[in-house]
Amino acid sequence: MLLENTERGLYCAAGDFYIDPWRAVDFAVITHAHSDHARAGSKNYLCARPGRDVLQERLGPEAKIETLAYGDTVMRNGVKISLHPAGHILGSAQVRVEHLGEVWVVSGDYKTEAERTCAAFEPIKCHTFITECTFGLPIYRWRPQAEIFAEVNAWWRENQKDGRTSVVFAYSLGKAQRVLSGLEPGLGPIFVHGAVAKFLPLYAQAGVVLPETVRAEAESIKTAGGRGLVIAPGSTDGSPWLRKFGERSTAFASGWMNIRGARRRRALDRGFVLSDHADWNGLLGSIRATGAERVWATHGYTATLVKWLRENGCEAEALTTQYEGEMAEETTASTE
Amino acid sequence: MKRFTQLFQELDETNRTNEKVTALENYFREVSVPTAAWALYFLCGRKVPRVVTSTNLRHWISEESGFPAWLVEECYEAVGDLAETAALLLPENESSIALPLDEFVQARLLPLTTLPDMAKKSLLLQTWRELNSKERLVWNKLITGSFRVGVAQTLVVRALAKVAGIEPAVMAHRLAGKWEPTAADFQRLMNPSENEVEVARPYPFYLASPLEGTAEALGDIAEWQCEWKWDGIRAQLIRRQGEALVWSRGDEMVTEMFPEVADIGQVLPDGTVLDGEILAWQAEKPQPFAALQRRLGRKTAGEKLRKEFPVVFLAYDVLECDGADWRSRPLAERRERLEKIVAEAMDFKPVEKPVEKKLITPDLFLLAPSTIRPELPLRLSEVLSPQSWSELGALQKESRERAVEGIMLKRRDSVYGVGRQRGNWWKWKIDPLVMDAVLIGAQRGHGRRASLYTDYTFGVWQADQLVPVAKAYSGLTDEEIAVVDDFVRKNTVEKFGPIRSVKPELVFELAFEAVQESTRHKAGIAVRFPRINRWRHDKKIADADTLETVRALIKGGTVASDGGEP
Repeated sequence: MLLENTERGLYCAAGDFYIDPWRAVDFAVITHAHSDHARAGSKNYLCARPGRDVLQERLGPEAKIETLAYGDTVMRNGVKISLHPAGHILGSAQVRVEHLGEVWVVSGDYKTEAERTCAAFEPIKCHTFITECTFGLPIYRWRPQAEIFAEVNAWWRENQKDGRTSVVFAYSLGKAQRVLSGLEPGLGPIFVHGAVAKFLPLYAQAGVVLPETVRAEAESIKTAGGRGLVIAPGSTDGSPWLRKFGERSTAFASGWMNIRGARRRRALDRGFVLSDHADWNGLLGSIRATGAERVWATHGYTATLVKWLRENGCEAEALTTQYEGEMAEETTASTE
Repeated sequence: MKRFTQLFQELDETNRTNEKVTALENYFREVSVPTAAWALYFLCGRKVPRVVTSTNLRHWISEESGFPAWLVEECYEAVGDLAETAALLLPENESSIALPLDEFVQARLLPLTTLPDMAKKSLLLQTWRELNSKERLVWNKLITGSFRVGVAQTLVVRALAKVAGIEPAVMAHRLAGKWEPTAADFQRLMNPSENEVEVARPYPFYLASPLEGTAEALGDIAEWQCEWKWDGIRAQLIRRQGEALVWSRGDEMVTEMFPEVADIGQVLPDGTVLDGEILAWQAEKPQPFAALQRRLGRKTAGEKLRKEFPVVFLAYDVLECDGADWRSRPLAERRERLEKIVAEAMDFKPVEKPVEKKLITPDLFLLAPSTIRPELPLRLSEVLSPQSWSELGALQKESRERAVEGIMLKRRDSVYGVGRQRGNWWKWKIDPLVMDAVLIGAQRGHGRRASLYTDYTFGVWQADQLVPVAKAYSGLTDEEIAVVDDFVRKNTVEKFGPIRSVKPELVFELAFEAVQESTRHKAGIAVRFPRINRWRHDKKIADADTLETVRALIKGGTVASDGGEP
């Protein structure tokens, strides 16, 4: 096996490196900067060039990070490594590993719809494809983002009419910037929570143009009153900080919002079905496009996807990892 | 169907009650009377029965969506609602059926109740194909009878009352009565005149609040009427215009479920409404709630069931007397009258079967003399007469042995209010029993909690094994649920269908009301109303209770009745 699942994470013995390890190792190839994939403590990191700054922000200034442009190749002990856009968040990559003519691709997290805040996903031909499957059920089928953004903007307008501040909860790295990219800046002032704000300069440096924002602090909040829109991590829901915005309407931007119960459980007014992960059709389409003979499914509805793939003539297996997908990004990890 | 779907969405897209009421008001002002009648029917949570079996529906979702049955099942498990699962799985469609709700119901929904399976299937599939995904969700909810949109009955009442221009209380009364989704009934419900007399209409129940602080703080005990707090179901017995009806607190008519209670009405004077509790009762003693449960949820009760699980109506208040509303009279006066009514009813002796005396038969007799049973299942809720609060406190401590939940305290000069108005009626419940148990299994929740592991199975020790003793889901905060959900996902040992067994590691304190022997449970006991009290982060699984200690509580034991500390 070119890659094997070890207690430290996915390991390539031939090349002596790990991909998204969950313990400290010598050499870690990182798919993207979300905390369940990028953990501090390893000696050396390799990531895609556009993702360097966000990864450094996550791992701290001490972390030693090398980068690789999308599509470029680096050799390690005779193993060819290249990184390819995964379309998940800024700098997210699929890891292609080639040795003695055998090709494996690790998807990391990915989505198939192209958007403005990161390079678009490209399917890579391989023998073995290790895919995420956060939304590996056919109930998860996304509508085009343009429709979702239109809904968000219409809701914002409606709230302005009623003199309410609009609050969108979104994961602070990736989703928050994506929501921002779809807002109509002319509508009113846009406020961001500090956890979101700290990544914005990094997006600007990477050439992603986003609407102007105001950092939501004691003074600036007073100007939000009834017209503004606030983007904040879900952990601020019900906090005294949020109450300063006065009368407000709340929404969550997440793929989980496709199910009414998920929204009602949080007592939100609206749920915008906007995900940075592939939906059911996206997963199946990508798997097909890789031409892989063998598929390993990890984090999400693994058992379901594996069973479906097997019934449809594909060699598939479930892989137990510690990646958590969108659920964790939006519940536990969003407090940072 | 379009406008109704729009209403559904407006209700679904806000958490503000005022906006919901406005959306409802606008809807009822805009639509025709026949449409409004059906909309109200569904909004009140009523359904057209026997439309489609859930098995058939699952087959047809699978067929129409092209996904195998097992995958439909997995999806259902994640969504927690079959109607919504179907709406999410069916292929995209943009068209719509331009019929108003009442015509849509007549053309599409009602025929399903009588059509043979094949024709039913084709009508159902055809309707799916003609509706867009938002309308499909509403349609699916109509056929599965699960039309709940997060709109409380009280909001529907408020909106309708506003549209009709009458008091919400009157509208609540009317809606609690008998009506069908017809234009005539709807117009009657909306009639601006408020003076009608309705036979079936119950009064809103007056509810007690949990006692906070000490009983002593309530002042002079002589001002309070003290009764046991019974562990049955609250009910109103209505005797009007020759009819006798029984309503439960859930605004459900339970006349057929408890015919012997309704029969009491036959010996009450016309124009009487009593408030009381239906209890399982044998040898002049209340029976465990489990006995009453055997009678609940059944549409009717046959002779055999009635004999095996006899019930009584324990009266504690009179709300209407000689056709007059007595609710604003002081409790002391109502109680005196109640005692008189009950005494006269108990005294009532059916005359020998009248053969020739037909001409002088009183009204009562015309009803059904043969159904009056010699042993009337009517009792008066005992008034306790402690001389001091400490004496009452001693009685309260006997609650568990007496199979009651504690003490009721009602101010003697109190009127019979509406709903939970604090101040005059208090319930002083005994502390629940508690045990420390280990989380050993979990299942996803439904509805609001779908897709999270929120329904838990708990075990206690029997030798070196954890045996399941209780299932519970309430009592944790949303944050705690998220953490437990995460734990379950990472520590699953085995999956049995929707249930996961998990590594025993987390200890919780469970509260419960009673323990009974049970042959239906693996542990040999059943606990009543278990819920999670708190997460015992400080305890290891070895510290959890044993089956033996829990079992010891069966005979109203005192081991943990004061909060669990020995």
